[in-house]
Amino acid sequence: MTPLLEVRNVTMRFGGLAAVKNLNMQVARGALYGLIGPNGAGKTTVFNVLTGVYCPTEGEISFDGVNVERKKPYEITKLGAARTFQNIRLFADMTVLENVMTAHHLRARQVLADAVIGTGRHHAEEAETRHRALELLKIFGLDRVAGEAATALPYGSQRRLEIARALATEPKLLLLDEPAAGMNPQESVELMRLIRWIRDEFKLTILLVEHNMKVVMGICEVIQVIDYGEEIAIGTPAEIQANPKVIEAYLGGG
Amino acid sequence: MSPARKVVVIAATLVALIALNYIFEYGFGDFYINPYYARIINLIGINITLAVSLNLINGMAGQFSIGHAGFMAVGGYTATYLTVYHGKQIAETFGRTVTDPVGSSIVMIPSLIAGALAAAAAGLLVGIPSLRLKGDYLAIVTLGFSEIIRVIILNIPAVGGATGFTDAIPITNFFWIFLMAILTIVITRNIATSTFGRALFAIRSDEIAAEAMGIDTTRYKVMAFVISAALAGVAGGLSGQLFANPLNPQNLNFVRSIEVIVMIVLGGIGSITGAVVGATTLTILPEALRSFDQQFPGLRMVIYALLLILLMIFRPQGLMGRRELNLRWLLRRQKKDGSVLA
Repeated sequence: MTPLLEVRNVTMRFGGLAAVKNLNMQVARGALYGLIGPNGAGKTTVFNVLTGVYCPTEGEISFDGVNVERKKPYEITKLGAARTFQNIRLFADMTVLENVMTAHHLRARQVLADAVIGTGRHHAEEAETRHRALELLKIFGLDRVAGEAATALPYGSQRRLEIARALATEPKLLLLDEPAAGMNPQESVELMRLIRWIRDEFKLTILLVEHNMKVVMGICEVIQVIDYGEEIAIGTPAEIQANPKVIEAYLGGG
Repeated sequence: MSPARKVVVIAATLVALIALNYIFEYGFGDFYINPYYARIINLIGINITLAVSLNLINGMAGQFSIGHAGFMAVGGYTATYLTVYHGKQIAETFGRTVTDPVGSSIVMIPSLIAGALAAAAAGLLVGIPSLRLKGDYLAIVTLGFSEIIRVIILNIPAVGGATGFTDAIPITNFFWIFLMAILTIVITRNIATSTFGRALFAIRSDEIAAEAMGIDTTRYKVMAFVISAALAGVAGGLSGQLFANPLNPQNLNFVRSIEVIVMIVLGGIGSITGAVVGATTLTILPEALRSFDQQFPGLRMVIYALLLILLMIFRPQGLMGRRELNLRWLLRRQKKDGSVLA
């Protein structure tokens, strides 16, 4: 079977700086794929290229058989790749419920006229969206705070809400940008379990960009390590942990 | 609302408006409305349409446009042009004259539709290239656009040029003004409480996150811009054909745009009822302060400005904030999920 996400020789230059050089990735369907690297390795740049925020200087990206390297972020989300952000980006002036309902927008079948006139289709769909959003919130244990302002939640809950919101777009691929950032070890362990559970429950493919080695080692099946925008290793967690190049990149060579 | 109930509500609204319109024009027994008050009430209606429509783009979508007077001018001149040059013809087709009550309403319909369409087209024309811009840049483009419109109108003799469209026939009445104000409120409210409204609020809140959620931000900004422009065009069509208030390019400059912005900021940007409250307050306030001018000419506007400054200092979120005033809120019964828009 063809991989869900395939990156071929992608290079991203900012002026003279090549943040990502000749990167290749193959993310199989159903995989839990980790992309790691030390600070400034180009992880977030890769993420932004994959989600359409940046257009790569060279190379091709195919997602589910479609070339997406020239597509805009919203088009990529429509194709079925949803993301979260390293620095949480919830809709601040909306409630928890509205945040999730908003993400359901791209699956809406009603047209503007339905909403303006207030047709039966509009009301039925709004009720359905609300229902689905509440179900998602229940899964993440957030249904009790559905009416709260999204930014009033504690940090860990905001992270979970962001994942719930991404899932509301009904993705095939979930891209998580440093989901464990700012979490304590206890929260990180819970998050790892949650991520694995989401993959199994929603039958998704998950691509994780992470700085925290522990998180990645604990759950990912394939790990790719980059440094200075280039791949330095790829393999199972055990292989990565034993790889001298990885150790050098993280701890510094002698 | 069930369809049957909807029909009843619409019919009741129309009957109430027609009855009020009758009282406005012919009085009720010995009771006559002071024409000065009548004029203020009509202006309130027009300003509500303007403020609520501007709120769609500035408040809900969070895009700062200062060219609302431009769309109002496009709609106003188009609507008035149609009435002046083709109104007679249209009314005669139905065996009426432009000035009789039924005939004027028959003319009003195509006139307002033409105004709305012309303004919408202008909105699309400005919106597509400029809504890729953000913040200050968008503000400058919209300002530039409305000034261009004004200068173009100044140079068209068929619509009166600098002297204003003095040929305009006063066919606007209470009925049409408030029908359009209610329609504007209903349309924007229905958008706000729908998935399209949430898309706009998402854009206002965080454009990058909105894109990541699959929202085509440019498309929705243009959509909001076009609807907002069309409704401003309707307001232009109404005010252009209001008695003793001919269209004049001088009255449609950027000061008029700023006035509408002040209305929505004062009312609480993003709130529809806030826009209504803001439009009403700012239409009445300068009139209510008129007595000050008798002692000290010019004092009125000083007090007016002072009140605005004080209000912004002590209530920066506007009179309503982002809340909506509704019966449920008045009864202090909030919905379980606390949805702000419900």
